Amino acid sequence: MSLTYLLLAVALLCAVSFYFGRQRAVALSNGRYSNLHSLPAHYGMYTALWCGLPALGLLLVWMMFEGTIIQTMIVADLPEEVTSNSGLLSLALNSISQIAAGGGEHLTVSPEIVEAGHRLANLNTIANAALIVVMVSVALVGLALSYRRISSEMRARNNVERLFRYIMIVCSAIAILSTVGIVFSLLFEALHFFGKVSPLDFLFGLEWSPQTAIRADQVASDGAFGAIPLFVGTLLITLIAMFVAVPVGLFSAIYMGEYASPKFRAVAKPALEILAGVPTVVYGFFAALTVAPFLRDNGAVLGLDVSSESALAAGLVMGVMIIPFVSSLSDDVMSQVPKSLRDGSYGLGATKSETIRHVIFPAALPGIVGAVLLAVSRAIGETMIVVMAAGLAANMTVNPLQAVTTVTVQIVTLLVGDQEFDSAKTLSAFALGLLLFLITLGLNVFALKVVQKYREKYD
Amino acid sequence: MAVVTQSAMTAEPSVTSPKMTARDLNLFYGDNQALFDVNLDIVERQVTALIGPSGCGKSTFLRCMNRMNDTIDGVTIKGKVTLDDRDIYDKAIDVVQLRARIGMVFQKPNPFPKSIYDNVAYGPRIHGLVNSRDELDEIVMTSLERAGLLKEVKDRLPEPATGLSGGQQQRLCIARAVAVSPEVILMDEPCSALDPIATAKVEELIDELRSNYTIVIVTHSMQQAARVSQRTAFFHLGKLVEVGETDQIFTNPKDERTKGYITGRFG
Amino acid sequence: MTDMASLMEDRAAAKVISGNLHTPVDWDSPKLARNIKKRYAAERRFKIYGLSAIAIALLALVVLGYSIISKGYSAFFQTYVQMEIFFDPAKIDPDGTGDPAIIGRANFDGLIRDALSKQFPEVSGRSERRDLYDIVSGGASYDLRERVLENPSLIGQTRKVWLISGDDFDMLNKGYISANTDEGDRRLNDQEVGWYNTLVSQGSVEKQFHTRFFTNGDSREPELAGIWGAAVGSFYTLVVTLILSFPIGVLAAIYLEEFAPRNRFTTIVEVNINNLAAVPSIVFGLLGLEVYLNVMHLPRSAPVVGGLTLALMTLPTIIIASRAAIKAVPPSIRQAALGLGASPVQTVTHHVLPLAMPGILTGTIIGMAQALGETAPLLMIGMVAFIVDIPGGALDPATVLPVQIYLWADSPERAFVEKTSAAIMVLLGFLILMNGLAVYLRKKFERKW
Repeated sequence: MSLTYLLLAVALLCAVSFYFGRQRAVALSNGRYSNLHSLPAHYGMYTALWCGLPALGLLLVWMMFEGTIIQTMIVADLPEEVTSNSGLLSLALNSISQIAAGGGEHLTVSPEIVEAGHRLANLNTIANAALIVVMVSVALVGLALSYRRISSEMRARNNVERLFRYIMIVCSAIAILSTVGIVFSLLFEALHFFGKVSPLDFLFGLEWSPQTAIRADQVASDGAFGAIPLFVGTLLITLIAMFVAVPVGLFSAIYMGEYASPKFRAVAKPALEILAGVPTVVYGFFAALTVAPFLRDNGAVLGLDVSSESALAAGLVMGVMIIPFVSSLSDDVMSQVPKSLRDGSYGLGATKSETIRHVIFPAALPGIVGAVLLAVSRAIGETMIVVMAAGLAANMTVNPLQAVTTVTVQIVTLLVGDQEFDSAKTLSAFALGLLLFLITLGLNVFALKVVQKYREKYD
Repeated sequence: MAVVTQSAMTAEPSVTSPKMTARDLNLFYGDNQALFDVNLDIVERQVTALIGPSGCGKSTFLRCMNRMNDTIDGVTIKGKVTLDDRDIYDKAIDVVQLRARIGMVFQKPNPFPKSIYDNVAYGPRIHGLVNSRDELDEIVMTSLERAGLLKEVKDRLPEPATGLSGGQQQRLCIARAVAVSPEVILMDEPCSALDPIATAKVEELIDELRSNYTIVIVTHSMQQAARVSQRTAFFHLGKLVEVGETDQIFTNPKDERTKGYITGRFG
Repeated sequence: MTDMASLMEDRAAAKVISGNLHTPVDWDSPKLARNIKKRYAAERRFKIYGLSAIAIALLALVVLGYSIISKGYSAFFQTYVQMEIFFDPAKIDPDGTGDPAIIGRANFDGLIRDALSKQFPEVSGRSERRDLYDIVSGGASYDLRERVLENPSLIGQTRKVWLISGDDFDMLNKGYISANTDEGDRRLNDQEVGWYNTLVSQGSVEKQFHTRFFTNGDSREPELAGIWGAAVGSFYTLVVTLILSFPIGVLAAIYLEEFAPRNRFTTIVEVNINNLAAVPSIVFGLLGLEVYLNVMHLPRSAPVVGGLTLALMTLPTIIIASRAAIKAVPPSIRQAALGLGASPVQTVTHHVLPLAMPGILTGTIIGMAQALGETAPLLMIGMVAFIVDIPGGALDPATVLPVQIYLWADSPERAFVEKTSAAIMVLLGFLILMNGLAVYLRKKFERKW
């Protein structure tokens, strides 16, 4: 918890700097604040910011690189036969960190590893101490420098405000940074994967069974990494979900918007929104423990062989989850159809449903298509429902009564639990993630464009 | 003042066999009263203009005449509106049929986002007025011709109606209304969104339509009322102040308020 | 009227219409009357479709709620068995030292087993004995130890004590295991059911409120498993998420709404925010795994990593809500402040921000509620580990409520089904609370300019 104390210490220093900066400005003003360019508090903020920001920046950089640098130092001292094998290396690093943390008495490891463990503990202590010293001194230096610069002419407010603006720009840039982070982290590992498995095999292969040999000499299949069955499964479940969500969502939006009395709307609308607020893990549980057994038992009564991990169960529940999404988006879209069109239709003697079917719906169609695409993208990326209710075996089937697996299910199965980090099996999860990201991104960009264009039409 | 109003009302003898009448019509938006005891007769195959300052209730009154106010929540109506001596607010009257018999053209041209052809064909289709494609074609053509639009759009019937100019769109809306063979056409400031040339065309059209239809037009422009109408009704603060032959209203108004409005002292 | 006749009439009516447009339509003709009837029937059907759509959605909600509550409510109670325990000095404190350290190490399990054997002396054989001992949970010995440590005078006495039962026994008592099914089809054999019946006839079985469920961490034994560890983990994770996403989100929103010039950078930021809002959550998990764990070597399974990951996911929600709230503040307020000589930053911090705060807070709470219910990305960064200890800080290994639900849902023991449902009820309770707060804030500070 030394980090907490460190942050508290820096915060304390900032408070002290604020006080000193303000005091100095008050002293310079000779009792009349109008002698100063800015308010005394601005001078205080100026010193506080110069004290705190560089120190925090340093901490951020330090935290980003500390782990990597120390690990490199440790690895450099390990014997060649350990470092050359990635599996052994990660095992060794694991033991080393256990020993460094003070445990690992039960481990049977070579003396080099034990020594490395102690060295790691040492290095960690040194690094911690160094961080504290460096951070506090940076903060103090910032305090001293900014304190000395305070004068009655100094434009403290402008300085502080400029800094404030930079901070805001950095905050806005985080949105870009996360996208870049996503793309790079996925791309980096996916490229690794494509070094082991050909992208063509991955994209067009018809078989998915990601077993890899644990030992080099083991007689085992190399594993097959054809993603087509996963996409077939994903699309099957998405399709089922859409069969539920689109008609139900659309018709509830129509009823809410055009027919329902205000009283009815006040009750039914929040109730529908509850469906959107239920966590996906709850839907997953519901699908796996209520819907799937229900379908299986009733299927058996009808003489159908329904798998207990059927695509139907996952798809139905996913559809329920997406109903409020479709309904609120299409409600938005349809309420943007100008009233004059409705009037025109009613004025000709059309009934409500004729007006909706022949005028409002066609007018809103582009927006509704956009909404449905957004819903599809959400269904494709949905994870927990399928992880809990869909299967693991990559069956190539479009029979909704059978078990299929999906992209997200495979990502979770591949990455949860123990993993050797360099195997094609683990890396394939990132390749799947990249594909998932690209597909949903494409759908979203396209859908948002459609909706945007639609909005402009009626603005 | 009250005496003047009284005399104004009695001076205008109730027309014999009016197409539509309003008797003691009161309208409320929630608790706010928007129309007070309106009594008005609409003469068949004439243009009746409703004039008055904004917010005087003339558009509200117009929308009472084909029950468009039914679509607004919280509106209550008292009194009677008749079409051919039948109360249109009677339970036995079907709104859908009523609105086909009393067509409406709105302030802003509002063509549906469909083709020109489908816009005109919309009414006959929903009301089931035709049995074959040929009949429908004929209705569409006749209606467009009647709205003076056929020459301009003959070769582009399958094109989207939103591609027409504002004036063309408004004439299309008139053609759309005409296509269901209404008996009365209500027009709510049909030229307010149009340029002068388009306005002139629409006014000309209104004059032509008079031979076949009974027309009620709400207008902001007194010149327009003088140009197109035979009878004029002046509304003020939700009350019908004066109604009479257009010439008489504009040259010799009986009510001080009418005179004030026409001479531009308020409005 | 025959079909032929009506057809003829239809034709005739149609001729009139097309031939002469201004001849009024005969609305009372049989054809048009039929048509009107059909149209109203279509209208009614359409309305029924809409109503049934809403009914379907609400039905799904009701079934979901019912299935969870009906499965889960029983988890708030736990079966206890009354046993006559002889606090044998020879076993607890043979030398009579009274030293808590010695008492603490004593074999309290033995005391319970003695009591059970005394109750059912006919039981012999190893496997039968094991079945017998399973009546009482392994956790009961901790309770006994606590009791004795608190009150050492118990040593040497015989007391009737309520002991927490094992999970199968609990399931039998709650009726989830039916004694009427075939012996081979249930987890308890006839002998065990017989013991249960004996104990019930003695009045030695009762259900008590299950406080452990709220105070314990995870456990392999369903009757000892609780949600406190996950709740604390969720709390730390949310705190980290909030600390990061709230200031960053609000600052970004202020910048985009009040200061940003219309340039490439701003456009890119806006496009990015909109797209991030729609990126599947599991992709954020992959980002967290790669960047925080593999590159930055932050501790696995720690709330701080979970918070960092969820913060990125919550950012778009907060930014979009904050922008809407800031936009809703009328320009006249800004002009008034600027007109008095306030700087743009002062205008924002003194006037715009306070007025926009309710909206911003509402958006933040909704974002936090989403983060609280999020599962998939946390699976990626190792928060699925089986963790018994209650985390003491944001760097300790931990799990969160939704992940706990996922873990329990995957457990084979029948008793975990009710625990899972109960944990879901607790999670939903928190979510309802948060969303209720958001609604309250919105209602209270709703302002019409």
